[in-house]
Amino acid sequence: MKRITPLDRIALLITGLLAAYLIVMGVEGLPVLATWAYSIAFGVLLIASLLMIINGFDVLDSPWVVIIAAIIPLSLSLGMVIENLPPDWHLAYLVFVVIGFLAILLTRFLVPERAATIVLAVVHGIAGLLIVGLPIALVLQGVKAPIYLFMSVGGALIGIGGLLLAFLKTGKPILSAEKILTLLPWILLLMSAAFVLGLGA
Amino acid sequence: MTYLKTANQSILKTLTAKIRLYWQMTKILQTGLLLSTGLAGYMSARCPVQTWQTLLALTGSLFLAISGSTVFNMVYDRDIDARMPRTQKRPLPSGKVGVAEALVLGSVLSVIGIGWAAFLSPLYGLIVFAGLFFDVVVYTIWLKRRTPWSIIWGGIAGGMPALAGRALGLGAIDWVGLMFALAVLLWIPTHIMTFSLRYREGYAKAGVPTFPSAYGERTTGIIIALSSIATAIAMAFAAYGIGITWGYMRLLIILSCGLLALAISSMVHPSFKMNFSLFKFASLYMLSSMLLVVLGVL
Repeated sequence: MKRITPLDRIALLITGLLAAYLIVMGVEGLPVLATWAYSIAFGVLLIASLLMIINGFDVLDSPWVVIIAAIIPLSLSLGMVIENLPPDWHLAYLVFVVIGFLAILLTRFLVPERAATIVLAVVHGIAGLLIVGLPIALVLQGVKAPIYLFMSVGGALIGIGGLLLAFLKTGKPILSAEKILTLLPWILLLMSAAFVLGLGA
Repeated sequence: MTYLKTANQSILKTLTAKIRLYWQMTKILQTGLLLSTGLAGYMSARCPVQTWQTLLALTGSLFLAISGSTVFNMVYDRDIDARMPRTQKRPLPSGKVGVAEALVLGSVLSVIGIGWAAFLSPLYGLIVFAGLFFDVVVYTIWLKRRTPWSIIWGGIAGGMPALAGRALGLGAIDWVGLMFALAVLLWIPTHIMTFSLRYREGYAKAGVPTFPSAYGERTTGIIIALSSIATAIAMAFAAYGIGITWGYMRLLIILSCGLLALAISSMVHPSFKMNFSLFKFASLYMLSSMLLVVLGVL
């Protein structure tokens, strides 16, 4: 496992601070559930950044990483659905989030790895498509200012980070582990910055 | 001229080396953390006396008093320190600083610290003195070598800076100040027990009773998890009491959840790495909570 460098730590510290900023500031006028959904997503990012600063990349060895990392796109997409879609969608998507998370959790320990990966890909895929696609649709409809597209950028970066991590965990990386871990702190930093810009809109 | 210059350089070198040794004896990270709780307690009071002069005096007096008590502890525990690999290079067991010299240093720091505190406010001075008394006399001299439960008294001493800071800002002791002190008191087991789990053999070698040696790792893990939960609850009450904004409260709740998750993980899957994470995160949690309290009332 690559040793964490001071530069990695700085990138992770800024990521953590941006995540903390997003939690504290919230988004004005949002329902409580949306605020908490965003806060949980950025909270996981904050705690993960702190743990990597403390322990280095060794924390990524844990089998829980995939499960905890799934909270970020699920929770973020839930916040976006509640913020932007009609109320009929809220409960349905909340149910999807809860069932999706439980499915990821249970399949990690109870079924063969291949089936667990399929469940993970489906749940992540739906949440990821929402995070990337919804801002584009809202901007095209003129509902949101173009700066909201940064949410899509953040979503795409989550996807890239998630893919790299998933490949790393399965032992079949498209890049070497060294390169993935060099990129990861910067992907997380850019992702947080994109969400600060997007949610600021 | 050259002789004078060389002599001056030599004196300066000796002085710098001495100051570096004294600095080591103040355990700056631990002192800094306790100092931050005192500053947060003071700033949480939002009183009209929040001038930079008072803040500076609070910082100076607390730093001196905490450093003084730390030096006294090192004097008393020098035999234990000499037996543990982690501490045997400290200035006293390594013989770089003599006992009499350390006693003078501890006395000077403590007297100036407590005197300054009493001059600022008698109540504040009394609480600062109580902190030093509980830490040096009750915890270190009386109980540390007799029972693992001594950490409760260490915890009470650790909670005093927060209570003192709040009392100085408010002019009285209130339930929020007590909650602050309680949060630190409940956090101390997480801090000390993770430490004693990590250096279990060293403590055993030195003959210091600890929770892992008296009750085993599993029970210690459960107590750490419970004390983390209790810390988070006490901190949330304190934050609610001073009325920090909802955004900062959310962040505090999320950090508390991180602390709980780590405490539970270290209980379920105890390991050296997990234990070290919890130890570091618990310190970070306390520092962040205090920072949030300050930012939340600004």
